[in-house]
Amino acid sequence: MDKRVRNRLITTGVLIVGSIMSLVPRNTRQRVVDQTTGRMKDTTIRRLPINLGLDLQGGIHLALEVDQSKGPVPDCADAIQRAERVVRTRIDEFGTTEPVVQIQGRCRLIVELAGEKDPARARSVIQRTAFLEFRITDMKNLFKDALPQMDAALRRAGVKARGGAAPSAVAQLFGGDTSKAARDSAADANAPGVLSSLLFQGQLPGEYLVPEEQWPLVDSLVQRPDVKAAMPRGIELRWGAASESRGARAYRALYAVESKPIITGEELVKAVARRDPVTNQSIVPFQLSHRGARRFSDETARHINDYMAIILDGRVQGQPPVIRGQIGANGQIELGNKSLQEASDLALVLRAGALPAPLSIIEERTIGPSLGADSIKDGVTAGVVGVVLVVVIMVGYYRMSGALAVAALTLYCLFTLAGLAAFGFTLTLPGLAGFVLSIGIAVDANVLIFERIREELVHGKSLRLAVDDGFLHAMNAIVDSNVSTVLTALILYAVGTGPVQGFAITLIIGIAASMVSAIFVVKTLFLMWLNWRPDMVTLSI
Amino acid sequence: MIRLFANANYDFIKWRREAFSLTGAIMLVGLIFLVTRGLNYSIEFTGGTLVQVELHKRVATGDIRAALDNVGLRGADIQTFGSDTSYVIRARLTATAGATQEADAVAAAVGRALDQSVGPGQYTVVRHESVGPKVGRELQGKALMAILLSFVVTLIYLAFRFEWRFGLAAVVATAHDVVATIAFISVMHLEVSLIVVGAVLTVVGYSLNDTIIIFDRVRENLRKYRRQNLYEILNLSINETLPRSVLTHGTTIATTLALLILAGEVIRPFAWVMSFGIFTGTFSSIYIAAPVLLWIEKRWPGEDARGARTFGSRTPAPQFAPATPTASPSPRAPQPTR
Repeated sequence: MDKRVRNRLITTGVLIVGSIMSLVPRNTRQRVVDQTTGRMKDTTIRRLPINLGLDLQGGIHLALEVDQSKGPVPDCADAIQRAERVVRTRIDEFGTTEPVVQIQGRCRLIVELAGEKDPARARSVIQRTAFLEFRITDMKNLFKDALPQMDAALRRAGVKARGGAAPSAVAQLFGGDTSKAARDSAADANAPGVLSSLLFQGQLPGEYLVPEEQWPLVDSLVQRPDVKAAMPRGIELRWGAASESRGARAYRALYAVESKPIITGEELVKAVARRDPVTNQSIVPFQLSHRGARRFSDETARHINDYMAIILDGRVQGQPPVIRGQIGANGQIELGNKSLQEASDLALVLRAGALPAPLSIIEERTIGPSLGADSIKDGVTAGVVGVVLVVVIMVGYYRMSGALAVAALTLYCLFTLAGLAAFGFTLTLPGLAGFVLSIGIAVDANVLIFERIREELVHGKSLRLAVDDGFLHAMNAIVDSNVSTVLTALILYAVGTGPVQGFAITLIIGIAASMVSAIFVVKTLFLMWLNWRPDMVTLSI
Repeated sequence: MIRLFANANYDFIKWRREAFSLTGAIMLVGLIFLVTRGLNYSIEFTGGTLVQVELHKRVATGDIRAALDNVGLRGADIQTFGSDTSYVIRARLTATAGATQEADAVAAAVGRALDQSVGPGQYTVVRHESVGPKVGRELQGKALMAILLSFVVTLIYLAFRFEWRFGLAAVVATAHDVVATIAFISVMHLEVSLIVVGAVLTVVGYSLNDTIIIFDRVRENLRKYRRQNLYEILNLSINETLPRSVLTHGTTIATTLALLILAGEVIRPFAWVMSFGIFTGTFSSIYIAAPVLLWIEKRWPGEDARGARTFGSRTPAPQFAPATPTASPSPRAPQPTR
């Protein structure tokens, strides 16, 4: 076989295999509300790795702005960043797979909740005022001491440890500092306790780590009334706001903290992120109100060398810092060699709790899942009919060459869908329409090439030369026309929102895919055809 | 081998005045509709509330309208959407109260009206959108900006790839398509939503695409046939690209018709605009872009002033009449001098 053809075939093969691989259904974890208990739980479903827009799968889209009706807000960019932080902290309260929280422009927040059906509930969760508090962590390890009782309570209730092998493997991998909790609990009962086998001692008192995939289970265990009864007085549990990775695994921190906050966000006046000019550490200086300063200095005096958890909306933000000495109205949180970015995040958390930003909803869309399903069904029907018509026209007019173009069109569809999946773009209803439309446009490149080949043949060129020249001469027109379409699609993407952006993305990916399929793949097919029938005198075109 | 319009030799440019008159007439009608009726903006642009409901049983539209009036939603629009048990109710913003409070009130009022006319539990709300007035105003600005921006970018690209005369002609043709499409939207009373704006921009891309295919051939033929004037070159290029135009427009129309008929009510306005856009885009590439290029060449002649040559002689009459194809040396004939 011709070397040129072989290389082309290999490239095409790699593209096809890559596309198919990016489209293979895969397992995705999905957090859903358990209908029986009303709590969140994780389920694993197998699905095509293509994100569907809200208009196709149903859900709620909200655009929020800082409410300025009760007086102007001087720095709305800061206010919206604080609001974003708060909404992110609460995101677990929604039962959605891929919630979107993003700042649009300077002062607008977009929240998209796929699958959520109750707009009133979504609104109330988002618009609730943020609550910040500082609490001392469980310095005396009261929670750890109570763990055996909790395990016993669970054993009595007949709760069995699930997947017992996995935690022990983790404990080995994790090394000395974490296996202690597991060993302790193993000592007083032959079988490891259900709860204690899931918890690993963290770096500081009152900090425990739970493998990320286990935390809904642990959460449901500690919420049980019999476990709560065994909880030491004056101690509560709070989850960390985000998962953190240690080694190759993701963990969620669980903190045992005192139930009484030493101070709340109302007393906080100011917090900024800064780099200490002397030590070059990232620091967050903060300022308290007069009343807050008095209480804070009393409390910090009693808790020197204790750890203080910063809790926003019930979630511990970052690792609790240690109290080094008595703090009055002005204090600072030292983050050591952590980046200034982390310091800014912390300052944002403090400000979010200190100055809650009232949000008003300026746009709301709720789409029922049935409407989305109908849209997908109709869109697919239209797509199939459109493809059939294009196939009839192409094969009817260009015969064998048309059939090659149609074969390439199949690859075009494959490449476009793979592109959407690989780059994680979202398919919207207009995107679906754009895809159907682009099938009609995708053959344009082939039409241009075939017409050129016909012209070259009319001019009396040999088959092989006509094919080569046809491809070559058609390129200018193809490139120019496609670049101009991509330019308009880019503008559409830059200016549009949501569904329109989805349309623009589909159009751009479609054009890229059609360049590959219509030019590269069809030329390969032509070369193979000519090699296979070297004695051919008339081209079926 | 089927060949449509092979060796076609029509004098397209000759009809430019008639074409201008035709398109002028269409735009006049569109303008009259625009002035008298205006555009039917969606709530995305005006602000307001939209509720789409699916009824479990059939109810007369009049009953629902009466119930809407009853609960104080006098300005609300009610339309069937696809089937006769599917309704869309739109209440545009009255620009008084705060957007969200009003939206909630409207949604509640729609609920009451449906309870009265259809009965509680006899309907499902499948879609609910509310948009504040500020978002709407912003969107109008953005949509306009997107279209203008696409003109500027195209002009720059074509000036870079061809020369500014071609770019200007292409932009004029495309601007014509935008105006004609807006006229069409007004006459058809289609709802102007973001998706429809997207369709207009797609028409812009499609029409440019088409114009560029012809201009590319013009550029090539200008190099190839030194003797011919621009009038002849334009006609030749349009004729040579005619089979491609027929084929590509055929496949594109096939897919837009499939969308129009089968893809459901939400996409239908988009499909209408695209279907019309394909016609106007094809028309403008031939009858607007090419004559305008000729006119620009006359006004600001290029280096070799080949456009001016068209108008220079007293009798530019191109002798391409299909009846006497051998009357003049066709540019298709091999050129002895290069």
